[in-house]
Amino acid sequence: MPTRSINPFATSTSPSSTAMNEKKDQPRRSSFAKGNKFTSLFGGGSPRTRSEAAALQAAIVAQQQALLNSPSPQQINTATISLPTINLTTATGEKMPSEPKTLFQPPSPEEARRIAKASAQFGPLGSQSHRYTSRFTGEFADPIEDEPPYYFLITTYISYLILIVFGHVRDFFGKRFRKAHYSHLAEKDGYAPLNSDFDNFYTRRLKMRLNDCFARPIMGVPGRYITLLDRKSDDGNNTFKLLGSTTETLNMSSYNYLGFAQSEGPCADAAEATVKKHGITYTSPRSDAGTSELSLEVEDLVAKFVGKPASMVFSMGFVTNATTFPSLVGKGCLLISDELNHSSIRFGARLSGAMIEMFKHNDMRALERKLREVISQGQPRTHRPWKKILVAVEGLYSMEGTMCDLPALIALKKKYKFHLYVDEAHSVGALGPRGRGVCDYFNIDPSEVDILMGTLTKSFGANGGYIAADKHIIDKLRAQNAAMLFAESPSPPVLMQIASSLRIISGELVPGQGEERLQRLAFNSRYLRLGLKRLGFIIYGHDDSPIIPLMLYHPAKMPAFSHEMLKRKISVVVVGYPATPLVSSRARFCVSAAHNKDDLDRMLAACDEIGDLLQLKFSSGVAGGAEPEEWASQGKETSEKAIVKAPRWRLTDVIKRGVEDTKVQLR
Amino acid sequence: MDLHEAQGTVVRLFNDANAQFHKMPGSAIIMRYIKSSYQNDPVRSAIELFLFLFAVRYLLAPTYSTQKNKQVSLTEEEIDELVDDWTPEPLVAPPTPFEELENEKRPVIVGPTAPKSKLTNGRTVTNLASYNAYNFVANETLKEKAIQTLRTYGVGPCGPPGFYGTQDVHMKTEADVAAHLGTAACIIYAQTFSTISSVIPSFLKRGDIIVADKSVNFAIRKGIQISRSTVRWYEHNDMEDLERVLQKVTKEQAKKPLTRRFIITEGMFENVGDVVDLPRLVELKLKYKFRLILDESWSYGILGRTGRGVTEAQNVDAREVDMIIGSLSGSLCGAGGFCAASEEVVEHQRISSASYTYSAALPALLATTASETIAILQEQPEVLNALRENIKAMRAQLDPRSDWVQCTSSVENPVMILRLKPEVVASKNLAYQDQQQLFQDVMDECLANGVLVTRVRSIPLGIGENPRDQSWQPTPALKVCVTSGLSKKETEKAGITIRHAITKIVTRRK
Ligand SMILES: Cc1ncc(COP(=O)(O)O)c(C=O)c1O
Repeated sequence: MPTRSINPFATSTSPSSTAMNEKKDQPRRSSFAKGNKFTSLFGGGSPRTRSEAAALQAAIVAQQQALLNSPSPQQINTATISLPTINLTTATGEKMPSEPKTLFQPPSPEEARRIAKASAQFGPLGSQSHRYTSRFTGEFADPIEDEPPYYFLITTYISYLILIVFGHVRDFFGKRFRKAHYSHLAEKDGYAPLNSDFDNFYTRRLKMRLNDCFARPIMGVPGRYITLLDRKSDDGNNTFKLLGSTTETLNMSSYNYLGFAQSEGPCADAAEATVKKHGITYTSPRSDAGTSELSLEVEDLVAKFVGKPASMVFSMGFVTNATTFPSLVGKGCLLISDELNHSSIRFGARLSGAMIEMFKHNDMRALERKLREVISQGQPRTHRPWKKILVAVEGLYSMEGTMCDLPALIALKKKYKFHLYVDEAHSVGALGPRGRGVCDYFNIDPSEVDILMGTLTKSFGANGGYIAADKHIIDKLRAQNAAMLFAESPSPPVLMQIASSLRIISGELVPGQGEERLQRLAFNSRYLRLGLKRLGFIIYGHDDSPIIPLMLYHPAKMPAFSHEMLKRKISVVVVGYPATPLVSSRARFCVSAAHNKDDLDRMLAACDEIGDLLQLKFSSGVAGGAEPEEWASQGKETSEKAIVKAPRWRLTDVIKRGVEDTKVQLR
Repeated sequence: MDLHEAQGTVVRLFNDANAQFHKMPGSAIIMRYIKSSYQNDPVRSAIELFLFLFAVRYLLAPTYSTQKNKQVSLTEEEIDELVDDWTPEPLVAPPTPFEELENEKRPVIVGPTAPKSKLTNGRTVTNLASYNAYNFVANETLKEKAIQTLRTYGVGPCGPPGFYGTQDVHMKTEADVAAHLGTAACIIYAQTFSTISSVIPSFLKRGDIIVADKSVNFAIRKGIQISRSTVRWYEHNDMEDLERVLQKVTKEQAKKPLTRRFIITEGMFENVGDVVDLPRLVELKLKYKFRLILDESWSYGILGRTGRGVTEAQNVDAREVDMIIGSLSGSLCGAGGFCAASEEVVEHQRISSASYTYSAALPALLATTASETIAILQEQPEVLNALRENIKAMRAQLDPRSDWVQCTSSVENPVMILRLKPEVVASKNLAYQDQQQLFQDVMDECLANGVLVTRVRSIPLGIGENPRDQSWQPTPALKVCVTSGLSKKETEKAGITIRHAITKIVTRRK
């Protein structure tokens, strides 16, 4: 991971020398009205009096509590609330009719159980108004990143400092007085320690404290709800014991964007039929005897779906990146990569032997500066021109929730003639009116992008990755790509899951369902994001992105947030250093089409409570969340720096206004 | 006069400074130094002062980068011109005729992989190109269990293991493999190919030392490349040479700080087919204090009485090997790879092995299938014997009988690697490309006669890499993958077809 040197105290001034500059220095990662900041230095009191809302709030909380106690309808005991059967006989009171005409029959227990199971995986839609089409409108701007009051940043640094100092002190004495505990870090019998003291420090001293928030084991389908296996640790999170019980929680953590993680329904049916007909695996790499008619069919579907002439599927997304870069670039070529690109892209880049340059995340001006520099200077030392330059970006960044600025990239590509590689791991299926990724979202012809890579692990509920490109590129990859030659091929049920989910999205199978999934995801993403902003949280990322990072900053708040959420039966992912910069620890929610508005309201209520409890409502209002009227009135008088009010909405208002406001331009 | 005045001021200033200076601690030492160096020679003092100032300036100068100095400074217009002039190469080079043919001829299977597979051209052929050793693909019980898993877990786990992607079935499969091998712990990856290339760099860093066999497979090579460690190669499976290299490394490193040292080799070699001498290897590793990573991707599930691999076949305790990498795909009919080792080694990988931490977990139904097949191997070792009978039958048709090829595989390896005999290569003067083409022709000939076989694939050439610079390529060879899904008769018949095809193609060549 390249560590971004992030200095929250520095205002970002970007040197201006480039063509992109004509757009006038828009404030990137814009700062805020400083005066306002200091008024809210110690905790930012909400301007509204909370007491009047208390009653309404209590009602909502009570409702959430009720849901909490039986999060899934699965636990509703059908016996206790058995409904009467109504038929015409009872209604008319006639004597013995030969044929009773039944008007209503309560579902049989099996039927009820089946419905409950299905809706635990994919929630029923509450109202048709809870849909929205994900489509790019207006001008693409970098999302504004709000910053918390300095007080919190300082205490964040201090708490890391304390952790580090204590860690070192403990190490110092531990190594002298408790040798047995530290034996794995010391040379032993002439063997160097397996991992170095220094690399290991973070794990021992920081991560161990939140180990119980990571790698929680689950069972069953990671759908709308997810079933955790309860565990506990008696030795400070070193080891865990399973308790044998389970907890069903609301799943805000899986990359199940379109809700295809299901063990019922058309996809699972098709996968079952495929196991029966094609077996479980192909037991061979693609180039030997692992290519089947099914693989070709899926490749065809994927190519059509993303709008490229040809495609190729792999059994792992990571390896797709790791093996494709070496077949595209090498000695004498340059790879320019966004600094936040995924580990697999870095893995592939390092294997390729090409020169690697990085640019600041999503900063198109930095990219242009870099391009001008490298093209004009040529290769180092020899100054020979580069053979080719490949720019690699992600469609949607999994830790930030930001999208790549595709229109600007295409403009730069036309001018600077580089090749473009877009990793759509998170964006395919999740973005665009037809779910076809960033190109669809921005309404850009996919032929403008040279290589569209994506994974099938996320939106499609399957496994593996794909590369889509022109036919001659794919043909070359088929002959040259190492995963094609040496790695196992995707297995039949996985291929069928891909095929059927693609067919559902494109409307070929179960018409209407695919569209519903896409629109629910788009609605849910915007609804939750807007709600959280209005409650006063700092949220990163673009409005339409289903990845919603909620900033926690303080390392100690990571486990606290996760535990509080778990108490409310919601599972979330918390991430901190080294996956993020040191100060910006965060919780990350992944919205799914399987959620319905009730789930998101439950989530909002939980966040509201925890936000007050842990003091997480830092937002200054620059990033949105204000009243629409307030915003509209502000638009007119932007000339003088309007003081933005810090949004601290009441939960009831958020829920009341949410559906409507989600569909207008978010602010 | 002026001069005198100035001198007076300077002297006064000097005296003042001198007084101040004497008050400072440690000033006596500096005074002594200056006095001794002055020696009534103002020029010398001036030079020293100048040198001192230069040193200060040098140290305070902004950190200078070598890059900047080498850059040519250009005006914006010149840059624009250069940008306009630059014409990049196309993203991929045009295909070679060999690649074109290969793409055209790649067999496409209709329906399931089976000992008799149907191809898209409508023919049903004997499939000796899939690693379907036990024909578990056709096992109805396994299918039944896979469907049960599918109906409880769906297909994909939709997340990496660290973020709610670890399902109870994964933990069970890990425990099953660890119990089978007799190691303390085990971790499963979503793909075999990615396993070892990720395990190696999670432990080995720049400055560490790897001693590896010259014939290790592609995935190991890539892992070594990523780790940036120092590599020493030893002759393939030559324990004498290994000892020589170990001695040399130990001697070279004696004066340096201790770094991690690993021996990396395969249990049964993907490209050669022979088996490592594990007892000797363990002896050497202990003697020279190296750790051992053993890639058993091709031997796990094949060697030993219950398929535990080289450790079982050669009676070595699996805990003597620091890390055992294996495969759950191929003959075990699941998917994914594993690393079996001590608790400490496994836990370290969970947070620092790239293709585990940053990739989605294995689909549940593939994990449970692997668990089931491991159980079958343990409960019904006769399954392994049936395979070995077929290997024997196939070998009898090929190795001693063919005048042209020899089998380098071990007698228990269902993947038979058939290379041209050295005398054939010499007498026909066959270059590397010629041999590859020849085996491709043999494959085509076999297919025409209803037998699907494959060949050892060469390592793809890096972009911009000269073929002559490529350090190592596997010797071209034909690969025949024996399966117990065929009867002994059928196996023999296929063997005859292959032998005749080889004879036909080789003799055709002058
Ligand atoms: C951008 C990106 N690329 C590739 C991958 C790897 O995909 P997979 O999980 O299918 O190996 C991921 C997954 O986390 C990702 O986020």
